[in-house]
Amino acid sequence: MSEIFGFTAACLVGLGLYGLIVHSSALRKILSFNVLGSGIFLLLGVIARRGAAAGLVADPVPQALVITGIVVAFSATALGVALIRRLDEDDEEEGEP
Amino acid sequence: MSSAALLILVLTLPVAGILLVVVGGGRQARGISLAVLVGNFAVAVGIGGAVCRTGRAVTYSSGGWTAPLGIQLRADGLSVVMLITAAVVALAVGVYAPNEFAVRRGGVETRRSLAFWSLLLAVSCAMNAIFLGNDFFNLYVALELLTFAAVPLVCLTGTRATLEAALRYLLFALTGSALYLLGVALLYGNYGTLDITKLSGLVRYEPGMPLWVAVALMTSGLAAKTALFPLHLWLPPAHGGAPPSASALLSALVVKGSFFLTVRLWFDTVPGQAGMRTGQLLGAMGAGAIVVGGVLALKQERLKLLIAYSTVAQIGYLFLMFPLAGHVGALSGGMLQAAAHAFAKASMFLGAGLMAEVAGSDRLDGLRGMGRALPLTTCAFVLAALSLVGVPPTGGFMAKWQLLSAAFSAGQWWWVVVILCGGLLAGGYMFRAVRPTLVEGIQPAAAIPRLREWVVLALAVCALLLGGFSKKVLELLDIGRPQITEMRP
Repeated sequence: MSEIFGFTAACLVGLGLYGLIVHSSALRKILSFNVLGSGIFLLLGVIARRGAAAGLVADPVPQALVITGIVVAFSATALGVALIRRLDEDDEEEGEP
Repeated sequence: MSSAALLILVLTLPVAGILLVVVGGGRQARGISLAVLVGNFAVAVGIGGAVCRTGRAVTYSSGGWTAPLGIQLRADGLSVVMLITAAVVALAVGVYAPNEFAVRRGGVETRRSLAFWSLLLAVSCAMNAIFLGNDFFNLYVALELLTFAAVPLVCLTGTRATLEAALRYLLFALTGSALYLLGVALLYGNYGTLDITKLSGLVRYEPGMPLWVAVALMTSGLAAKTALFPLHLWLPPAHGGAPPSASALLSALVVKGSFFLTVRLWFDTVPGQAGMRTGQLLGAMGAGAIVVGGVLALKQERLKLLIAYSTVAQIGYLFLMFPLAGHVGALSGGMLQAAAHAFAKASMFLGAGLMAEVAGSDRLDGLRGMGRALPLTTCAFVLAALSLVGVPPTGGFMAKWQLLSAAFSAGQWWWVVVILCGGLLAGGYMFRAVRPTLVEGIQPAAAIPRLREWVVLALAVCALLLGGFSKKVLELLDIGRPQITEMRP
């Protein structure tokens, strides 16, 4: 099972990285960053499953890393979207003098 | 107070300061921040004293849990030198900034002032966390804290150009941090720990493909955040467009955060393991930065952009230590360069801010007569320029001398050519910046408080003194280092 998840994680990382490099629009880049991030979090989940000690479902350390990572990715997305909105507001003001 | 407690204090003090600033509001922000920055400097010196006295690294395991379960803080010679450098620069920026971000008595409180002071403290806190971290995930959190503090600093004025620069910086930084985190995940998956001390023991016995993929991912992510050529595209608009106090922080300190992590990764985690070619590749990117940054700096017409391109070039020198790793002078030369560049560049950006205030813009041809209008600032500017060019006896010279001697002892003559060419280019672009200030001309009268000029001069003098006291600094850098760093890879 963990092989499938690992493969999916690798695909997500690849897709996200491709999007980050290829797209020119900032919003798309931020979405790609989130796809890339999801891939990394899934990979950490796989690592947690593989590293489980006897009698446990998963190694708790990578899971803790995922939670912190999600908080960081969320804040980064919020900051990026706020900047994009601010730039859009500027555009609108210039459009209707 | 025990020295381990100081490690906690240097992290908690700025955070407490941020909370107090938020509670106290923009009017109290300046007083609170200055008090915290003075305290931060005192604690950094205290840690330095403890490390010097014992001759060993100071460590603290949070909550009494030792690695691998707990997270360890560790201050060795490298941390101490960078801690003190960052504390001095942050304090200088704090003393310089009030006029720019003060709330006038009876005036309306602005969001800009509150934002600046809390971000200044956040940058100090994040830098301290990076210098003390001994766990790659903890360091990831510190790195992100630094990014989130640095990006808003770019767009404090809120103009369209700075917003675009901030967004571009954020996108580069996010890509970098994602790659770094991916590397961290692979390291944990392979070795089951992220503690640097433990990892360095483990990788010696079982290196392999996953390790090198992880190291490559982390290094490229960190290079994007450090603005290493060819990933430097975001730096000039971001550093050149920000207000001078913010530019000084960004150029002097923020880029050094991700650079410091690269050093931790290469010199402490996988010392002497990387092949010849990997180091050469990083060095080649550094050489590219020195040449391209220098040539582009020569072409600039605005002072702040010229200084920003000079940062691109100076970052290149930092990466020359990787191909020379293992030779005496490589690590110490790189770290000296990081500290000397921090002092000189902070002094230059702050000085450029004062000059632009007097002249009304920072165009190079409008700086005529500045030597008479702002003699102290011009003097500081020239001193800082000498350090960046690498003229003896400045800190910049000692750094480049160490790198040169490492290149000679490694028999890698091509780096010698790069360092000398870089010095010539730096001489060229710094001459372009200094020349108009020393030519006769008339500047509009402007009342610049003497204190702000003295701060600029003090930073330049720090860059100069670093050369004079370099022997002491080099001894300090060696404390708490694993013996393997100065061995042949």
